[in-house]
Amino acid sequence: MEADMDEDRLTIYGVALSSRLLAGTAQYPSPAILSCAIAAAKVEVATVSLRRESGGGRAGKNFWELIRELGVRVLPNTAGCRSVKEAVTTAEMAREVFGTPWIKLEVIGEEDSLQPDVFGLVEAASILAREGFQVFPYTTEDLVAAERLLAAGCEVLMPWGSPIGSGRGLNNPYALRSLRAHFPNVPIIVDAGIGAPSHAAAAMEMGFDAVLSNTAIARAGDPAKMARAFALAVEAGRIGYRAGLMHARDMAAPSTPVIGRAFSDFARA
Amino acid sequence: MRVHVNGKARDVAAATLGALLRELDYEDGAIATALNQNFVRKTDRSKTPLKEGDAVEILVPRQGG
Repeated sequence: MEADMDEDRLTIYGVALSSRLLAGTAQYPSPAILSCAIAAAKVEVATVSLRRESGGGRAGKNFWELIRELGVRVLPNTAGCRSVKEAVTTAEMAREVFGTPWIKLEVIGEEDSLQPDVFGLVEAASILAREGFQVFPYTTEDLVAAERLLAAGCEVLMPWGSPIGSGRGLNNPYALRSLRAHFPNVPIIVDAGIGAPSHAAAAMEMGFDAVLSNTAIARAGDPAKMARAFALAVEAGRIGYRAGLMHARDMAAPSTPVIGRAFSDFARA
Repeated sequence: MRVHVNGKARDVAAATLGALLRELDYEDGAIATALNQNFVRKTDRSKTPLKEGDAVEILVPRQGG
C-alpha cells in the first residue's frame, strides 16, 4: 500500500509531485504561521505574487528569503490582472524575480465574481507559451475554453471550484465532472472557492489531480491544523477515487445478507 | 523630470531606469521592473532611458493566492 501511494505522483510540466495540495501564501496571520502550515501539510508547491513596494524592496526580499527557506517550489501568479497586456508583463517580471517558467495565469473579467476572462486568458496563454512559459491557467469549467488553452500550449488546467475567497466549494459539480471526463489525461487542479477539507476531498473523489487552497487555511482559527486537515482530505479523496467509488442509488439495498435471517418465516403483523 | 513610480508622481534626477532605482534606494536584489507596461530586464535597466511622464513599475515578491 505504501509503495502504491509512493508511485501515485502528479507530474506537471515534467515535475513529479508527491503532495496534491497546493497552497497560497497570502492572508496568514504571520510568516511564522505560514511556515508552520506549509510544513504541517507537506506542501510542495506554493503560490506567490509580485506587488508594489515603497520600502526599497526590503520587505519583498524578506518574504522571498522566507519562501526559499521553506524549500517549496513557487508558482507565481498574475492575480488581479485585468488585461492580456498586464498579465503578460506581470508574468515576464515574475519569471525574472522567481527564476521559474511556471506561471499561474489569471486574467480577471468580472469584478463581483472575479471570474476569469477566458478570451483574454487564451490570448495571454498563447503569448506566454510562445515565450517559453509553462502556464497554469486559472479558468472556468468551460469545455471550449479548456480546449483552446490546451491548443495554446497549456499542459494543465486550473478551473475554479467557486469564486475566489468565497469558500462555497464546488459550485457546479456537473460542469466539473464534464471537464474531468472530457480531458482524462490532462492534469487538472481545482483552484479557488475551496472552503473546507470536505470540499477538497469531494474534488479529489471526482478524479481531479490536485487542489489549491489559500483563504480556507490562512484564515482558519489554527492555520497549521487546517493545513493538516486539508492534506488528509486531499489524500483521502485521492485514495477513494483510485479505489473506485460506489454509485449512488435511489433505493435501499441491504448490506447484511438477507438469506438466513432469523424469523424470516414468521408472517409480519 | 517628473515620472510616475508605482502610481505616484516623483521628481527625479535619474536619466535611466537603473539610475532611478539607485536614486530611490532600491536594493539590487529581488525586484522586477516595467516601463510604460513593458517588462524591462534587469540587464537592460541601465541602458533604458527615462523621459518626462514615464510610468515605472517596481515590483517585489509578495504573498499570493
